[in-house]
Amino acid sequence: MAVPILKQGQYLIATIQDALTDADLQQLRDGLVAQVGRHRSRGVIVDITALDVMDSFAVRTVRDIAHMTRLRGAETVIVGMQPEVALSVVQLGLTLEGVHAALDLEEGLAFLDKKANAVRGGRPGG
Amino acid sequence: MGERQRAAESAGGFAVSRRSGRLSPDLTQEESISVRSDVDIVVARRRGRELAASLGFGPTDQTLIATAISELTRNIVLYAERGQVVLKALVGQGGKRGIMVVARDHGPGISNVEQALQSGFSTSGGLGLGLPGVRRLTDEFDIASEVGRGTTVTVKKWNR
Repeated sequence: MAVPILKQGQYLIATIQDALTDADLQQLRDGLVAQVGRHRSRGVIVDITALDVMDSFAVRTVRDIAHMTRLRGAETVIVGMQPEVALSVVQLGLTLEGVHAALDLEEGLAFLDKKANAVRGGRPGG
Repeated sequence: MGERQRAAESAGGFAVSRRSGRLSPDLTQEESISVRSDVDIVVARRRGRELAASLGFGPTDQTLIATAISELTRNIVLYAERGQVVLKALVGQGGKRGIMVVARDHGPGISNVEQALQSGFSTSGGLGLGLPGVRRLTDEFDIASEVGRGTTVTVKKWNR
């Protein structure tokens, strides 16, 4: 099933609601990368609270999402990973290098806000 | 059952068969899922989780089992195009319960099994067959592969 992508201000929020096939994951990746450009988004949140299995393909696709959106100017935060899923990812020997993670949606938004403020504050006269 | 299986195959793209024993139906559960596409990966791991739950495995082990099934099933779709996953309840010493997963295909086979079991450890996912990862997720791991004939991976996990 397709993952709905919501636009909230300068962020995109994708909430996974059910088990995803490989094709669904790739569709999510391509959708986010395209919409970052369309909406000039600065941040992406992928809520994986409902994801009960993260195998190597899912981990790789999430990593691709983070890296691809970053190349398009948006930071991605993964939120809501269940403790069992975290354990299985570690036991599989997989890593999410370069991917930001936060406990839940609220923390994820706070992270992106902080990041956006830091960027704004860093600009002379900005 | 042949009829039913064929009906299921044509209807949903996968076949499911169940067998129940007379004395303890709970522990003779066996289920065969034919694997052809990424949709079947989701079906197989969901069935594995359900069986594990019915055998008393906790949420953590259910997830580890489902993840192992996902990896094994993906190998079938990627390298052999089609195959089969059999899920079976086990009774071990002292009555402990377990689950066995057999992932079988008649694909190209693995020319260097030793290497397949070593590489990929540090490749951070996606590369290789993910077999070392599956080995870590489970308690017992066995692989038989012959080039040109196919691969059978059997894993077991016991409920502690």
